[in-house]
Amino acid sequence: MGEDILMDIKRDYVLSRLGDGERIDGRRFDEFRPIEIQTNIISKAEGSALVKIGGTQVVVGVKLQPGEPFPDAPDKGIIITNAELVPLASPTFEPGPPDENSVELARVVDRGIRESEAVDLTKLCIDEGEKVWLIFIDIHALDDDGNLRDASALAAIAAILTATVPAEQFGVGDDFPLPVRDLPVSVTSLVVGDKALVDPSRDEISVGEYFMTITTDQEDNIVAMQKSGAYTFSEEKFYELINVSVTKAREIRRLLKDV
Amino acid sequence: MSEEKPQLIVNGKRLDGRDFDELRPIKIEAGVLRRADGSCYLEMGRNKIIAAVYGPREVHPRHLQDPSRAVIRYRYNMAPFSVEERKRPGPDRRSIEISKVSREAFEPIIMKELFPRSGIDVFVEVLQADAGTRTACMNAASVALVDAGVAMKGIITAVAVAKVDGQLVLDPMKEEDNYGEADVPFAFLIRNSRIESIALLQMDGRMTVDEVKKGLQMAKRGVMQIYEMQRDAIMRKYYTEEVE
Repeated sequence: MGEDILMDIKRDYVLSRLGDGERIDGRRFDEFRPIEIQTNIISKAEGSALVKIGGTQVVVGVKLQPGEPFPDAPDKGIIITNAELVPLASPTFEPGPPDENSVELARVVDRGIRESEAVDLTKLCIDEGEKVWLIFIDIHALDDDGNLRDASALAAIAAILTATVPAEQFGVGDDFPLPVRDLPVSVTSLVVGDKALVDPSRDEISVGEYFMTITTDQEDNIVAMQKSGAYTFSEEKFYELINVSVTKAREIRRLLKDV
Repeated sequence: MSEEKPQLIVNGKRLDGRDFDELRPIKIEAGVLRRADGSCYLEMGRNKIIAAVYGPREVHPRHLQDPSRAVIRYRYNMAPFSVEERKRPGPDRRSIEISKVSREAFEPIIMKELFPRSGIDVFVEVLQADAGTRTACMNAASVALVDAGVAMKGIITAVAVAKVDGQLVLDPMKEEDNYGEADVPFAFLIRNSRIESIALLQMDGRMTVDEVKKGLQMAKRGVMQIYEMQRDAIMRKYYTEEVE
């Protein structure tokens, strides 16, 4: 109950500041919170990254192991993405099997990586039709202060960039870096009436979970989109969101170049 | 896909002879189920969809009740025999995601405040699938909701646009979906015969910004045709009832 009242107060505050054309933390509408990327933080994983966007923290670990290919792609590696919204990361997360939010999070991140062809899966065949590399991308939320989606997507691509294929360990040749050929970056906005707030914080999300995520590749092509939340938006807003996402993704991609 | 990719566009026509901006044949019938409060059967090409609406009714489990508005639930489900290779029954990750985004398209349109403490359940079963099932299901669900008499601000109408062989096409079928370069499902809120806003938008594949914008225009034109058929199905039902 106390939590509910607090949420109402926060929502009113966010909305009243928006009415004055401001965000509660003073950011511009297209401004991300500070982003920090640390890689290779889990030595047991073949690739890993911790990403912080403001107060939000996510760890992504990439594990690789040989496995059977799909019958319709006998010479290609396989990406398997999973997300765990563990109860440690938010008072609203509960233990148990993945709910629709964690399923959606994993699938949106997966789509960005898959559709941009960020990983060259053709180089991950061990024995055609028999054995290929399985890439497990596991998203582990640590602190949900809003926009877990972009933090997860960024941590996923950062972890992939630092991953090594452990061929020696499995007796199938020499280790080699996971072949990466694109850098997808997702940009999520909170759509509130006629305004769009890039990288919404948890307090801003108190107005409602009205998200639009647009993922672009390094040539500014759109590779994934996801509207989620009980709202509708105009065509003009959509075009505006595309423009912001392309511009912001370019800036964030620069951070990845240093990884 | 390592299987041979067929040529999807031959002499400016699609594999089934359609033009780029042409929909598949559509059949819609309202009020096809006896037990449900509202229902609809819909075919879109080889897709066969059946939708049922139950409610407004009591919510179970009770703790899900909302004292100020109705709770909307939406379940997208594929029959095991609906696809080439038998689908394991029950919700998989894809169905969970589709159910979520579809529900979120309907939530702002249904006048939930009119039905406090109650629940409105939308169940959609895919009996036969041939690409574009989530959009076909939403079209059926819309008609079923109207058939159930649920108050709405407008109607949801949905269609997908794909990019195949470098060309934008409306309402892709299975082959185009499998081998295409991108797929963008759209749903719109249509009010007073006018497209008012976007209610669902997803995308996977690769498209330029310009293509996405052109795709939206193509979807808007397609959706107006579907809207007319949804209206027609609803009118037809009430017309027959009057004669009886």
